[in-house]
Amino acid sequence: MRSFEFLQAHSVEEALALLALPSTKALAGGTTLVDLMKLGVEAPARLVDIQALPLTEIAVTGETLRIGALASNSAVAADPSVRRLCPALCDALLSGASGQIRNAATMGGNLLQRTRCPFFRSHDWPCNKREPGSGCPAHEGADAHHAVLGTSDACLAVHPSDLAVALLALDAEIGIRAGHAARQVSLAAFYRLPGETPHLETIIGAGELITHIDVPITPLAATSRYLKLRGRASYEFASASVATALHCENGRVVELAVALGGLGTVPWRDRQAETLLIGGPLSEAVINRFCDALLAPARASAANAYKLALARGAIRRMLESASC
Amino acid sequence: MHNTPPSMTVTATVNGQPVAITVDVRRTLLDLLREDLGLTGTKKGCDHGQCGACTVFVDGRRVLSCLKLAVTTSGQAVTTVEGLGTPDVLHPLQEAFMRYDAFQCGYCTSGQLMSALAVVADESLTTRDQIREAMSGNLCRCGAYQGIVEAIIEVKARSHAAGSEDATPDAIV
Repeated sequence: MRSFEFLQAHSVEEALALLALPSTKALAGGTTLVDLMKLGVEAPARLVDIQALPLTEIAVTGETLRIGALASNSAVAADPSVRRLCPALCDALLSGASGQIRNAATMGGNLLQRTRCPFFRSHDWPCNKREPGSGCPAHEGADAHHAVLGTSDACLAVHPSDLAVALLALDAEIGIRAGHAARQVSLAAFYRLPGETPHLETIIGAGELITHIDVPITPLAATSRYLKLRGRASYEFASASVATALHCENGRVVELAVALGGLGTVPWRDRQAETLLIGGPLSEAVINRFCDALLAPARASAANAYKLALARGAIRRMLESASC
Repeated sequence: MHNTPPSMTVTATVNGQPVAITVDVRRTLLDLLREDLGLTGTKKGCDHGQCGACTVFVDGRRVLSCLKLAVTTSGQAVTTVEGLGTPDVLHPLQEAFMRYDAFQCGYCTSGQLMSALAVVADESLTTRDQIREAMSGNLCRCGAYQGIVEAIIEVKARSHAAGSEDATPDAIV
């Protein structure tokens, strides 16, 4: 591991001042960052320990559930109001990593975790995400884990977060601070498609800090659920996952959300395709038409085409088992 | 701002004993325990957060010591397998692991024990499936999973019968 200057921030303002320094990373739970520093994939000149900042609160205010960026994945998953208001969020968190990792990992860190693409994690290979312009071996050797949605010639790396998939279905917003400015961005606009610049993964700029996540409290969110399919029964990244929320009246869909994980370079949702399901009963035919539209932009190889079948199966299982 | 050189003094409590030690900022808690304090019960398996062999308790919660920089441990209370029991007075989990053949080579065992401690303390985990899920971050390449789950079930039953105080060291809540 390359050495670094270790700094501790005691307030958000102090953290923001330190994060404005060049080659500086915020250290929260460390479960991604320390791992990648050991691999040499991350080599910041400075680390700012932000764990002492007062950003751990989980609070219901009016029509919003606000979760501090430094709340641990465990604390949020175990919170009774989160469970009641948006169960998919708890289930997504509990489906990720292990008990030990969830105790350390934070909400902001979960959103900013890096891909587990083996080419990204090893200096033995070129990687456009790790070293822009160096190439992407996944195009010749895509394996079962590479993405089928949102890919580009430059990158096939799948986004690993379960939490982000649930938050996308829940129309969550991310609170961000930089200097004295604060902004709020929808999760749908938070991640960037790889395009020609796969090293730019989110809209977070240098010196910015995630302070909180806002989840709108709606009747739809209370129906949300999360299903994760993977190679092992536990402690494994998704082969395909789906977060759904569904509100029906008289057997007809009034409102719904479907977000996919494990398939895309970013968490995936298609609101246009969702309109195909609105207004009618959830027949097998209409679910198939929805899946056709949702997965139409997919580019799969022999190694990862199975993800499309898995996603269809997961969506069907979730929608057909919902009360409608 | 608090500029510091690449080494720093860590002041923490390890198994109830105060510790003050100056370490390279790159030191992980795992290496601090093993190399600086000689507490080699905690094992280094993958060193990348994938195997669970390095599981310890920090401030009452199980975490992976390989992914925690030692310098972030100041002011915290660490409990390792050395804080569980002694060869003469085994912790009930250690005794149950022996009785149920919950290990073969033993390399993952200290991590398994520390995770098991958290599972015993968590009263929301009652079924075999829930216990297996909660233990999934601890790999055992010998495949002693069945015995591990049986040992946990027995200690859970006993500690609930006797009140959970018995099975849980003071530092662990």
